[in-house]
Amino acid sequence: MSNLLEVENLKMYFPVRGGVTMKHVGDVKAVDGISLFVKPGETLGLVGESGCGKSTLGKCLVRLYDPTAGKISFQGNDITHASMASLRPVRRHFQMMFQDPADSLNARFSVRQIIREPLDIQGIGTRKERETRVLELLEKVGLPANAVNKFPNEFSGGQRQRIGIARAIALNPELLVLDEPVSALDVSVQSQVLNLLVELQKELNMAYVFIAHDLAVVKHVSDRVAVMYLGKIVELADADKIYRDPKHAYTKALLSAIPMADPTRKKERVILQGEIPSPINPPEGSAFGHRIDHPKYEETIGLDMPLVEIETGHWVAADPCCLTEEDYSKARSLV
Amino acid sequence: MSSENILEVRDLVTEFKTDTGWLRAVDGVNFNVPKGKTVGIVGESGCGKSVTAMSIVDLLPKPMGCVNGGEIVFKGRDLRKVDHDEFYKIRGGEIGVIFQEPMTALNPVHRVGKQLTEVILQHRDVTKEEAWQRAIDILDKVGIPSPERRVKEYPHQLSGGMRQRVVIAIALACKPDLVIADEPTTALDVTVQAQILELMEDMQNELGMSVILITHDLGVIAESCDEVVVMYAGRVVERGSVMDIFTKPTHAYTRALLSSIPTLEHERKSELTTIPGTVASITEFVTGCRFCQRMGREGDTLKTRPDFIEVAPNHWVEDCPVCNHHNEQTKSTI
Repeated sequence: MSNLLEVENLKMYFPVRGGVTMKHVGDVKAVDGISLFVKPGETLGLVGESGCGKSTLGKCLVRLYDPTAGKISFQGNDITHASMASLRPVRRHFQMMFQDPADSLNARFSVRQIIREPLDIQGIGTRKERETRVLELLEKVGLPANAVNKFPNEFSGGQRQRIGIARAIALNPELLVLDEPVSALDVSVQSQVLNLLVELQKELNMAYVFIAHDLAVVKHVSDRVAVMYLGKIVELADADKIYRDPKHAYTKALLSAIPMADPTRKKERVILQGEIPSPINPPEGSAFGHRIDHPKYEETIGLDMPLVEIETGHWVAADPCCLTEEDYSKARSLV
Repeated sequence: MSSENILEVRDLVTEFKTDTGWLRAVDGVNFNVPKGKTVGIVGESGCGKSVTAMSIVDLLPKPMGCVNGGEIVFKGRDLRKVDHDEFYKIRGGEIGVIFQEPMTALNPVHRVGKQLTEVILQHRDVTKEEAWQRAIDILDKVGIPSPERRVKEYPHQLSGGMRQRVVIAIALACKPDLVIADEPTTALDVTVQAQILELMEDMQNELGMSVILITHDLGVIAESCDEVVVMYAGRVVERGSVMDIFTKPTHAYTRALLSSIPTLEHERKSELTTIPGTVASITEFVTGCRFCQRMGREGDTLKTRPDFIEVAPNHWVEDCPVCNHHNEQTKSTI
């Protein structure tokens, strides 16, 4: 099966300017050399702490940012440097949904206008057909038909997120990038929206890139999961696999930090000291090795630590600070 | 007042004045905080958990918010009868508060040290130099590296986790007997959340204080609380020990809430249990069982308030016959 989306060595740097002349003094390396692919109909989960670049990556994938370097191809076509005009027809195949349902809907548009806008822009069908499509979409996301004339402020957070979903699927996209779609919602509403997303995926055979910081939510919806740390993917594997048998020290720490709703469970928290370093001036060697003050950190300065396929479908960065010795020698031999 | 409880909240009623009349945000809430223990208050947004906490320390938005009924007994004194000046000594001195958003809880134009010494000077008879030294000590205690340098910095120079540590340091500066933590980790990443929870646990062991932890995250509750109060629509629907609540949840709402969170054990892409609808708006609350209202049930249970009964020692539940009936049914289908 060919891949829907392929990303090679993607980089997104934001310039930092300073001084009176606003001279270029450095870069925020938000996304720093990421390669991944998404197959049709699957969900790729993207997790990491805030500031690790997961949202920036999501926005690059749908070309809301112009990447600094690297290549993005969608359905085999290179879209990395496609112009706005040439992107427009392709855009209907990939859509993005944003975190905050209150901010991402135009408050002065009625629900009808919000959902119809992508159809209008892409010039799909006649006016009448679009109207019918809006009603069809509302039904699909579980909102009453009388919602069409209301405005976003008349809805609760969960309902607004449903409007966002209706807008995102209006053009029957093959790929949907979801940036923290449920993190602003309460648990009982969160489960409703997650069920809807899973159901729609089965029905419409969409691929999702699901960005979230809640690891349990990501596991629930994803087929594969990528863990990001400081602009790089450190581990990528099948969702069940990565939770059962994490290889990278950061993944392990992240997993152990999730509080579980089970007071009988033994606490085996690995408390990570410190916080994610600044992407403006990242450590020279292993970023995570630096944070945990690993004795082998010195060795990693200047060392190339690419992502290698240590087991079928299980990719991990060949980092001596973050892998067991056995895994590391195996990974090194594969570089 | 039992001697082992540091705080007892009895039939607390908090109302907000609006153009259309009084809105009752907290409707007859009862719970106790035992000495040295952590009590978690959990519920969805708008259930009144923060309003309950702010009622205790009299920090409701004035003049709209008002405690209109009940008793708040702290160390044998009813806080509702304490006058304004006296309350200044209690709040910050005997009761510390950790607010949710560390960016807004700190004053951006004052140095961290100024904000810390302000509390110490208010409550303790010390000189400015001593207070400054104490501020450095407490920052060191909450795990801030090079505290001598950090006291001279402004909040924006600190990261989110560091700021939350400063807010905790302010709350703990006078070694309070009770700390109210309103969503202390909600704005933070999981790894930083784990650090902060660990820190609060350590401080509690060291200072022997009691904690009221308000959160919507059941995982945080399970890991750090001794007792749990589950709130729904301005009322307590269930309270008990953390073991009872998680292993023997009795109220239909608690059970639904617990089963709706995805866990790592869930089968992927399986259907999650949901609670239909959303919480009714505060203007539409019924007198009777508000969970029946949410489930769209009709009948007498909407008219009379269900009794709050003790089903097992120290395990209290709002006892609605219709909810119980539905509980039985779901049990039999499993």
